[in-house]
Amino acid sequence: MQLDDTDRRILRHWLAEPGQDRAVLAERAGVTPATLWRRLDRLRAGGLIRSEGARIDWRALGYAVEVSLRFTLDKTNPRAFDEFIAAAREVPEVIGIETFLGRVDVRLNVIARDMGHWTGIYRDRILTLPHIAEVEALMLVATIKETGGLPL
Amino acid sequence: MIDLDDTDRAILRELVADGTLSAGELGRRLGLSQPAAWRRVRRLEEAGVLKGLAVEVDREKLGFGVTVFLGVKLATKGRVSLEDFERAVQAIPEVQVVQHVLGLFDYRLRVVARDIADFERVLRRRIMTLPGVGNVEANVLLTEERRPGPLGVAETAANP
Repeated sequence: MQLDDTDRRILRHWLAEPGQDRAVLAERAGVTPATLWRRLDRLRAGGLIRSEGARIDWRALGYAVEVSLRFTLDKTNPRAFDEFIAAAREVPEVIGIETFLGRVDVRLNVIARDMGHWTGIYRDRILTLPHIAEVEALMLVATIKETGGLPL
Repeated sequence: MIDLDDTDRAILRELVADGTLSAGELGRRLGLSQPAAWRRVRRLEEAGVLKGLAVEVDREKLGFGVTVFLGVKLATKGRVSLEDFERAVQAIPEVQVVQHVLGLFDYRLRVVARDIADFERVLRRRIMTLPGVGNVEANVLLTEERRPGPLGVAETAANP
């Protein structure tokens, strides 16, 4: 699928603020609302837009703690990644799983109601995950910027 | 803090999978009337539980083949330098996420680039020149998966 400047303009404005009113978005991108709908449908059909899921603010649901856990795995076991990730999916408080090339192998984003809850999750559900060689925690203080925008 | 019942949790699960569902479609899936579904979604929005859409695109097809997470340690600390750093880092268009964290690093950044050469340019010209920046660790993202989170399944019990 080929993208032209109009597609890129629409994506640039839309990804920066996906919740914005469609009429406003059309105006910002310099197209009519009908063109906007047609172009977005074409981008969806072309597989460029994979999903449009609602974003949940876990703090509003009482999950005050968010921790980024960085793991290095025991790579002598060829199944280490698969087994670790499969087990991590079973932990309900894990809201994101990422794999990396670098010093860190896998990162889990974990939420908890408070520090007591966190301690329980960490001890009973995280440290019991298979093939962990090393784990480091970064506790989230504040999210300063969060956008899916691309410098298109 | 808002209390959720099973229907609210079912609504959140549906919307996390597809945030564009209409109240009518949501109602049909969950056996609610359209107005009842609408009222519940509205309540979740007003409580701040639903905060917009997370659009996932095929970044590679859009020409952004590389996503890198950076752990940044500031060289000098103090309120002023934090503010200067935050202001400057937010203005970089390639930086999608900035999180202030406690631990080995002070900030986590998510950076998109066209390729490794482009990433090197962003790192040298934009990141390493940020006010107060010290140690930087880079990890290249290979895969990512959003999970639904604790919506309806048994949560891990709090530590007694």
